[in-house]
Amino acid sequence: MAGRAITYELSADAVLGLETYHAARRERRLLVPRCRACGETHWYPRPFCPFCGSGELDWPEAAGEGTVYSFSIMRRAETPYAIAFVTLAEGPTMMANVVGCAPDDIAIGMKVRLDFQDSVAGEPFPVFTPA
Amino acid sequence: MSLRGAACIVGAFEHPARKAPHVSTPQLHAECARAALADAGLTAADVDGYFCAGDAPGFGPMTMAEYLNLDCRHVDTTETGGSAYLVHVAHAAEAIAAGRCDVALVTMAGRPRSEPAVSAFSSAGAFTPPDQPFELPYGPAAINTYAMCAMRHMHEFGTTPEQLAWIRVAASHHAQHNPHAVFRDLVTVEDVLASPVVADPLHRLDCCMNTDGGGALVIVKPEIARSLARPTVTLRGAGEFVKHQSGGRVDLTWSGARESGRAAFAMAGVTPVDIAYASVYDSFTITVLIQLEDLGFCEKGRGGAFVADGNLIAGVGRMPVNTDGGGLCNSHPAGRGGMPKIVEAVRQLRGEAHPAVQVPGCALALVHGTGGSLGSRHGSATLILERS
Repeated sequence: MAGRAITYELSADAVLGLETYHAARRERRLLVPRCRACGETHWYPRPFCPFCGSGELDWPEAAGEGTVYSFSIMRRAETPYAIAFVTLAEGPTMMANVVGCAPDDIAIGMKVRLDFQDSVAGEPFPVFTPA
Repeated sequence: MSLRGAACIVGAFEHPARKAPHVSTPQLHAECARAALADAGLTAADVDGYFCAGDAPGFGPMTMAEYLNLDCRHVDTTETGGSAYLVHVAHAAEAIAAGRCDVALVTMAGRPRSEPAVSAFSSAGAFTPPDQPFELPYGPAAINTYAMCAMRHMHEFGTTPEQLAWIRVAASHHAQHNPHAVFRDLVTVEDVLASPVVADPLHRLDCCMNTDGGGALVIVKPEIARSLARPTVTLRGAGEFVKHQSGGRVDLTWSGARESGRAAFAMAGVTPVDIAYASVYDSFTITVLIQLEDLGFCEKGRGGAFVADGNLIAGVGRMPVNTDGGGLCNSHPAGRGGMPKIVEAVRQLRGEAHPAVQVPGCALALVHGTGGSLGSRHGSATLILERS
């Protein structure tokens, strides 16, 4: 299945405090914030730990392995696309698209691998393909 | 603070319009306000508290208090999407109990069918919500995020599309008696399953509509309620809860109803078997199923069996739900279904529902709303109301 065209554009406000994350994303690397104080990994990224409030975070790169927690195929779209919640090997579950396969090949529990898809404006965003 | 008996709903109105091309949004609010106050036997001069959410124009209470010419010593703009008006009832009771107001007016209205751009949530574009860069690139819509809840529920508990379809079937049975309902034709399980899949596993008939329209409520302190001629509906329990993705620990199988329902039942001192009628938010069929489980009407995972075989149809099943036809068939003004949910519960408790769907001797009703998205972040609110 072809990826859906990503038309979303980031505002400046959305990047503030998350420059490390977005700089890596632009290099097609996914960072998953982990708290230095409590050790918890969180998603979506904040500039502080939502579990303990510490502002001391590490930004390790994700292994790129995930499992489909749930998904749905948007049939009414011009190009049908799969939205999913993917649970990363690092723990958190993130929203993303599953691309690169037929909709009927997607299933809960399916192993997927990190990839990046460029938006219309040329910004790479993390997506997943069958592992 | 327990709100049990703290306030009474004495006026309730659902606007009959489902498409309102020639009435402005503030005018719809005003028509609803006037009708709800007339229902209560009160006037705008009696109002000293006003409640509204993001559907209200401009600065909300400032704009609307001026437009309606209200003198308010207490206002509240709590925004939890479509469930906001349930929260407003509870917050009005808190304000009344605290002596902050005696007569609270809640209004909601919108015209998404006639003028979508005007009806858009006014402050949504002002900032970038922090979740947005991690979700909007992927094309989330209302339906595909709710669909992911349904998909997971089916995976974990074996829930079937046929079972979900029964929720629509029940709504259509009720809506056939509602002259204002958008969809009044009876549908079958087969009809639902034959309608096109919009986002797997949800079909077109698993989805609510968006309509123009609105509604209003008048909530007063019990001493005032006793002086009025209309049947009194008293707040017995209330709960609210915001459920979200918990820092990435996503669990789509439960909703905030688990927490708001627990709080409301504890305050009311009753259990689900005591509830004669329930208005349960029906943005999609799956919403009803998950909420009924979370509210304790059946065990978690058993919602499919609970909603099947007409169990939600008044006069047929054990748990009549959404006897006006709900958001699936009757109305979903501005995509905010909490208001008509409360109004139908008030009708049931007053014995003023359509005779074909009136629950005989209805003394205790539950109203539950989910605002926002079941699949990401949502505001849950539960009210337990009793006839006095």
